[in-house]
Amino acid sequence: MEHIRLPKVENVRLLDRVSPRRSRVGTLYLTATHSIFVVNEAGVRNETWVLHSLVFSAEKQAATPSGCPLIIHCKNFQVLHFVIPRERECHDVHLSLQRLSQPESYEELYCFSYKPNVDEVERRQEWDFLDLKTDYSRMGLPNSLWKLSPVNRHYKVSDTYPADLFVPESATPPVIVGSSKFRSRGRFPALSYYSKENHAAICRSSQPLSGFSARCLEDEQMLEAILRSNPCSDFMYVVDTRPKLNAIANRAAGKGYENEDNYSNIKFQFIGIENIHVMRNSQQKMLEVCELRSPSMSDFLEGLESSGWLKHIKAVLDAGIFIAKAVAEEGVSVLVHCSDGWDRTAQVCSVASVLLDPYYRTIRGIMVLIEKDWISFGHKFSHRCNHLDGDPKEVSPVIDQFLECVWQLMEQFPCAFEFSERLLITIHSHIYSCQYGNFIGNNQRERIELGVRERTHSLWSHLWTNHADYINPLYRPDHSQTQGLLRPSTAPYSFKFWRGLYNRFDRGMHPRQSVEDYLRAIQEETQQLEEQLASHKQKITQLEQEQGWSVTWKAATCDKSPTVRALGNDLSLANTPQDYTDGFITNSPKAPDDSLILQPQDSSQTSEPSFSNGSDQESGIADLSCRSPLSEDSTRDPDSDEAAYSAA
Amino acid sequence: MEFAELIKTPRVDGVVLHRPFLPTVEGTLCLTGHHLILSSRQDNTEELWLLHSNIDSIEKRFVGSLGSIIVKCKDLRVIQLDIPGMEECLNISSSIEALSTLDSVSLMYPFFYRPMFEVIEDGWNSFLPQDFYWWFYEWRLSEVNTDFSVCLSYPPLVAVPKDVDDDTLRKVSTFRHGGRFPVLSYYHKKNGMVMMRAGQPLTGTNGRRCKEDEKLINATLRPGKRGYIIDTRTVNVAQQAKARGGGFELEANYPQWRRIHKALERSNVLQDSLIKLVEACNDQNHSMDRWLSKLEASSWQSNVKEILTTACLAAQCIDREGASVLVHGTEGTDSTLQVTSLAQIILDPTCRTIRGFQGLVEREWLQAGHPFQQRCSQSAFSNTKPRVEAPVFLLFLDCVWQILRQFPCSFEFCESFLVLLFEHAYASQFGTFLGNSAADRSKLSLPEKTVSLWSWVNRPQELERLSNPLYEANSLVIWPSVAPQSLLLWEGVFLRWNRSSKCLDEAYEEMVHIIEYNKELQNKVNSLRRQLAELETEDPLLQES
Repeated sequence: MEHIRLPKVENVRLLDRVSPRRSRVGTLYLTATHSIFVVNEAGVRNETWVLHSLVFSAEKQAATPSGCPLIIHCKNFQVLHFVIPRERECHDVHLSLQRLSQPESYEELYCFSYKPNVDEVERRQEWDFLDLKTDYSRMGLPNSLWKLSPVNRHYKVSDTYPADLFVPESATPPVIVGSSKFRSRGRFPALSYYSKENHAAICRSSQPLSGFSARCLEDEQMLEAILRSNPCSDFMYVVDTRPKLNAIANRAAGKGYENEDNYSNIKFQFIGIENIHVMRNSQQKMLEVCELRSPSMSDFLEGLESSGWLKHIKAVLDAGIFIAKAVAEEGVSVLVHCSDGWDRTAQVCSVASVLLDPYYRTIRGIMVLIEKDWISFGHKFSHRCNHLDGDPKEVSPVIDQFLECVWQLMEQFPCAFEFSERLLITIHSHIYSCQYGNFIGNNQRERIELGVRERTHSLWSHLWTNHADYINPLYRPDHSQTQGLLRPSTAPYSFKFWRGLYNRFDRGMHPRQSVEDYLRAIQEETQQLEEQLASHKQKITQLEQEQGWSVTWKAATCDKSPTVRALGNDLSLANTPQDYTDGFITNSPKAPDDSLILQPQDSSQTSEPSFSNGSDQESGIADLSCRSPLSEDSTRDPDSDEAAYSAA
Repeated sequence: MEFAELIKTPRVDGVVLHRPFLPTVEGTLCLTGHHLILSSRQDNTEELWLLHSNIDSIEKRFVGSLGSIIVKCKDLRVIQLDIPGMEECLNISSSIEALSTLDSVSLMYPFFYRPMFEVIEDGWNSFLPQDFYWWFYEWRLSEVNTDFSVCLSYPPLVAVPKDVDDDTLRKVSTFRHGGRFPVLSYYHKKNGMVMMRAGQPLTGTNGRRCKEDEKLINATLRPGKRGYIIDTRTVNVAQQAKARGGGFELEANYPQWRRIHKALERSNVLQDSLIKLVEACNDQNHSMDRWLSKLEASSWQSNVKEILTTACLAAQCIDREGASVLVHGTEGTDSTLQVTSLAQIILDPTCRTIRGFQGLVEREWLQAGHPFQQRCSQSAFSNTKPRVEAPVFLLFLDCVWQILRQFPCSFEFCESFLVLLFEHAYASQFGTFLGNSAADRSKLSLPEKTVSLWSWVNRPQELERLSNPLYEANSLVIWPSVAPQSLLLWEGVFLRWNRSSKCLDEAYEEMVHIIEYNKELQNKVNSLRRQLAELETEDPLLQES
């Protein structure tokens, strides 16, 4: 609380991003965990909640006569443009937010103070919801080829690896330890995915410390062991996901890549995915394009191109496809690494798994996959997501790219995924929100030290409880599209801009009617109908049997009560004209008055949703609700009509 | 002229057909007066029937004595025919070339086509002006153009203000480009505001005026009301038009009206845009950067955005500002119609039904004199310098598709209907899109000699195929987003032949299945409920008796 310099500011304006002339005036409150903007308009209270941990930056601009602008960029891509009446207040809010949004220690993170109404027993059960051992046994492990190794039990061999790892049956502890000494951060080759059908496996590691000529017998034995664990194959791929130039540069630092001559029967392959710094800058550029105020089509497409973002997404997906095909079509095992083996490697292994295994395209499966390839294998969430005030050069949207690859696949295979885009977006928000303990810290060891399992809640069980919200209505487990390996198109035109994530809060940009919601409502209704059908049938048989008996059935209250199909609702949410008049104002400078048409006076085109003040204060994520502008209109328009008619 | 003269080789055996994403077919190639037919010797293999008029351009290649003809179609499909024998290949290609570029309209297939289906309703009579415009009091249907003498591109009947007589119309027509005096395009029932369209006023450099024109335009406004003139050209272009006798309305002469200039592209620029877009879509080997930069350079999406924005503006003036609107560009037959027709999609729920949309195309495009025959004579693969051809109508359909994507439950038809109209506008067995105006159609006796596309569409089987399972009638004005992020590339047309649509088709089927299963259950439950009710009422009766 000591960081809050000013708990409340009145007469703050929140500008509309699409048309800045539409704005709302309200009161801004700062609490220990949230900024809350409250508007009271015509007796309707409207609240916008922003979690401090979701604030990416707060920028104070030079004061203007109308006040001092404060622009808040959030990690979930929400942008809030406040104008605060007095510079002094703006200054205080700005300083407070800067401090509150950049905690200096883990203890300050929201997950440690987030206390939903759940008792301790239940809280502990949340963490048992996902167990990676179950996933390995689903893959058929351990078996005669792969075993669970206790070698990293105490994080002695690699402090960024998980305690439980699967290695080839023939890999002895000395081989593992020897190999780990020849790999960056001790991240020796370990199993990520195993295909029961053909024994091919995906393994992952960090780069070898090969320099210009160094060798390591144990490392060579380790790869040999991986190769031998796939009895049907006489070679394996080693995939370095870095651009070749980057890998060569690493040799000078005593790192590098495998020399094909030193390892028996490997095929070495570079796949040029750029490093975290390139990705960070690329996303930043793309977000600037998303934020342009009424851009032309050229502005947008040029900006998208020069950001390079879709090119990078394509590179990640291409790499995933290469590996998935090696495993599924050639039956060849693959070892994947990059530099440290926690960014590009995580992306590529998890994308390959989604392509390979229908299980990872289910709601539970995608959670397991993130838990395995990202959380347990030590993707540095706290560094990459900037959970704490840290080195800005460590920040990078690596996990965003994975989620986007999945989304791109969902666009190409609409029936293949059990979940909808909404699940990906929710996961994305919570990776950054720090509301749950899952993504806190940089590796398993850190999370154990922080007592994450003891002190915080787990996102996975929360999502599972609400999993009906995330169902893709087009998914059917027995659909042909659901089965086996996905073979996506990687032609450039197959990649789309993910408006749903990057322009998520610009409500006006999204389709005004949702096919997904419509179908989901239909399916719910179908379910009710099935129940009614069964009960009617039963009653009829009963009645027919009970001839002569006096039975008074109370007519079942089965009047068709179609679930609100959210259509009318959706439509009224955002169905107001946009600013179509750009050219008009500039092209007719002689315009006699500026009051003209075309600025629809309803100020309520809410392009940022407001968050209801739910009991669990799920800020930034749930419950979009905004007021309908249509009611207003229907009262406004007839007035002018009346005048017109009476005059006529 | 006999077609036989043009067919040098009517039949070649051992021809191999290559199509993207489909297995190759070997068979016999036949040329008829109107079709290129390839049928395989095996059973169960589909035949290819291609209208010569659908062929945009062809290319020949030779490897030894094996020749290949690459056929590029107006519907953007590209197929390859491998023809054994150099002479056969040359003969076939020159025959195709001749047959696909016939000059005379009366030789076109629609004049030879005999429907294989029962015509339930003759589409030529489905959308008569007297059925549409009869109820707008303050407006009347004028017969001034019955013999097409006042305006060659207008239909015989046009809706004009009641107080304006035919003599005035004749005078006004001399002051408007192509004689296109202002006529009623749309009447907004909600507030009585109207949308009109016209050709540009012929003010010329010395600022010619026409009292009758001013009178007519003002007669459409109620006292004290304002109107907006949407000129689809920039101020500069409109200024330049004066030098060629054209121009724009001076506000001094039309005091109740305000002029708004928008920048919609002219037809030759649009044709270029289409060619570039299709070229980008067909370039299989390029990188992401090159694809995005080519997409941008084609300006297609920019055109979509500008047209849609202008239509929204017109709709906004009418619905939100309670003002009437007059739309024109230069001729009033291209960008003007894009704007007036799209504005109606936004404003009028009727236009979002299958039949209403047909009516809209009939009124705002066919009767309004969009020169289909000129505009659709070539498509994206044309090798010649564009003169009169332009994808004006395709852009309109693209804009409708964009709105459909944003309001997927508000249209009675689905995407296939838009694709169907695109195909038939460029090549068809039906006479609907032949000719450039109502006058042409009457001269060609199309209603007597050809079948209307609407006769085909308005049959139950076809209507079912074209209808949108998500449709729930909605009487609202629908305001689309015109942000670049909201406007997508129309894959169903531009990527249709470049990628397999299997997964997307399956998703569509799945959606239909979900909805149909729901309906089926509803029917079952209802019938059981009735049965149950009968049983319940019977029982006590039995007891009492």
